[in-house]
Amino acid sequence: MSIDKTSATKDGTGVENTEAAAAAVTAVDPRLLVREQGLTGYLGEFKRKMKTGELGSIPVVIGLIVICVVFQSLNSNFLSAQNLSDITVTMVGTGMISVGIVFVLLLGEIDLSVGSVSGAASAIAAVLAVNQGWSEWTAVLAAVAAGAAIGAAHGFFFAVLGAPAFAVTLAGLLFWLGFMLKILGENGTINLDSDGLIGKLTTYFFADVAAAYGLAAIVVAVFFLTSFLGNRRREAAGVPSRPLSDTVLRTVLLAVVAFAAAYMYNQYKGLPLATVIFLVFLIGTDFLLRRTAYGRKIFALGGSVEASRRAGINVTAVRVSVFAISGGFAAIGGLFLASKIASANQSAGAGDLLMNAIAAAVIGGTSLFGGRGRTWNALLGVLVIVSIQYGLQLESIAEPVKYMITAAVLLTTVVIDSITRKTQKTAGRA
Amino acid sequence: MVHVSATPVLALRGVSKRFGAVQALTDVELEVHAGEVVALVGDNGAGKSTLVKTIAGVHPIDEGVIEWDGRSVQINRPHDAQALGIATVYQDLALCDNIDVVGNLFLGRELRKWGVLDEVEMERRSQELLRTLSIRIPSVRIPIASLSGGQRQTVAIARSMLGEPKLVILDEPTAALGVEQTAQVLDLVERLRERGHAVILISHNMADVKAVADKVAVLRLGRNNGVFEVKTTSQEEIISAITGATENAVTRRAARTTSTNGEVSK
Repeated sequence: MSIDKTSATKDGTGVENTEAAAAAVTAVDPRLLVREQGLTGYLGEFKRKMKTGELGSIPVVIGLIVICVVFQSLNSNFLSAQNLSDITVTMVGTGMISVGIVFVLLLGEIDLSVGSVSGAASAIAAVLAVNQGWSEWTAVLAAVAAGAAIGAAHGFFFAVLGAPAFAVTLAGLLFWLGFMLKILGENGTINLDSDGLIGKLTTYFFADVAAAYGLAAIVVAVFFLTSFLGNRRREAAGVPSRPLSDTVLRTVLLAVVAFAAAYMYNQYKGLPLATVIFLVFLIGTDFLLRRTAYGRKIFALGGSVEASRRAGINVTAVRVSVFAISGGFAAIGGLFLASKIASANQSAGAGDLLMNAIAAAVIGGTSLFGGRGRTWNALLGVLVIVSIQYGLQLESIAEPVKYMITAAVLLTTVVIDSITRKTQKTAGRA
Repeated sequence: MVHVSATPVLALRGVSKRFGAVQALTDVELEVHAGEVVALVGDNGAGKSTLVKTIAGVHPIDEGVIEWDGRSVQINRPHDAQALGIATVYQDLALCDNIDVVGNLFLGRELRKWGVLDEVEMERRSQELLRTLSIRIPSVRIPIASLSGGQRQTVAIARSMLGEPKLVILDEPTAALGVEQTAQVLDLVERLRERGHAVILISHNMADVKAVADKVAVLRLGRNNGVFEVKTTSQEEIISAITGATENAVTRRAARTTSTNGEVSK
């Protein structure tokens, strides 16, 4: 048996006979071969990815660099420790909502209710903690549970009753906005204790210099150990593994970013609690999506619903759970946004919040067509959006122009997403 | 043909199936032995798909008996068929384009270690499986989207082999494939037979049937219309069994083109 011509020329493996097949199977992974050629190999790999449209996070990283260069040249305060620290704290609210959106986008669906749900959750927490006198911990847990239950309800209408997700969540958008306004009452604003749990979410900083450096060191060490041990296991099992130099290179890159961020935080107030929580959630959701059977089911549904069904996956249960996750993260994001203004008010979850959360996921590289993306995309995307907002604010550019520029960025990314999909199709990779 | 056991792995005795007013299958008989490839042929609407679906558990039978290894069994849902050791590869392959080969092979039955996917073990077993079937793909870590049609078909068949089934049903495995890819899939069918699996192959392509099948079971209008030994039967005989007449469109065309070369056009 021989490999067919088209893929043979593409992968450069050539046509071989049955007899040669057994010997050839083990060592033909083109992506792994590349790693053995050092730096030139990386360049070749990069060119191949560019050609076939596997851009991943490359455009958004380039975009971030461009944003930094442009705004820094306009105003030297942009890259100051205070501004960067503020950006990374402010982005957490929208970023958390965006993490939930990534889950929904992986299914190839959309959740338009997250803005309203985040507002409703902050209102629930405020009513329970302030008006009903619950402890803030239980109020927070109840708000997140309410968000997840709301999401599950949307999921029920979509997955069990078969209504289009976009229509169900559009109804949710309006309903939960009304619900929030109703429970906030006539006053319309409930002020939160700025020293309480919710208040501390965005105002607490680990002032000790060791905290930021320690966290950076732990993250780098854990990353190195897991990659190193993983590769050792792969070698022992006789499947293709990365060379040590590759692991070291990645670790060094991560270390540079981690320690630079730690240094920056220590120049201002220290390591922000909000950023730590965000990182924990990002690492946790990334693990859930890529290392567990549940995550595999989500990707499978994004690829082919019929294939998933035949493989014995409970399609309805996965869909409902994903919408519950989306609602839960919307609630968490709502609490961070409420923390930032130390109150739950009528404008929570309104304005461009929904658009920004969806845009962040897409800008970061999550495909609108389902089955492609990572929760880290939410971090990169929201970093771009909030950086632009802060940069424009430093230039005292008004809200209307901000909207227009954010829209242009979103449109650009969607266009890039569509074009890469086309290129991937012509290169046989979509 | 390789060694064939005395008791058939699967035997259908007088199987009937009715959908409302339509009698889809009437008293159908079929036997498949281990290490044997039985081609199931018939014109459109002859009942091939319905027959396969009754075996796969999608449509329970109305009358008749299904025997598995000599004893009578009930197949009422797909799960029953899988539990017996029947694997079905449908024409639309049901693979996820965005997931890599390993992920697709183990979809729905992932190996886990402390609740976490055991990627290393899955990759090792995938390589092993593909090697025993002599399946050639560039890497087990590329998404299905980057594979050719023939490679996808072989992956889909390999996936059905993971549960070590006794009987594999292939629904038109070469329908959309090119010459070389078809050869790949036919090679794979032969290897399944060599490994002692029973295979039911649905096909419209007489060349494929002649190439790999041991027996040909012909269905016509929901009834048996003969079971032929491939070696001793000519293609014309099979075709006349499918169409139900010695005089049919195929023979008329053949006669036309051979006798009068100039008068083909009407």
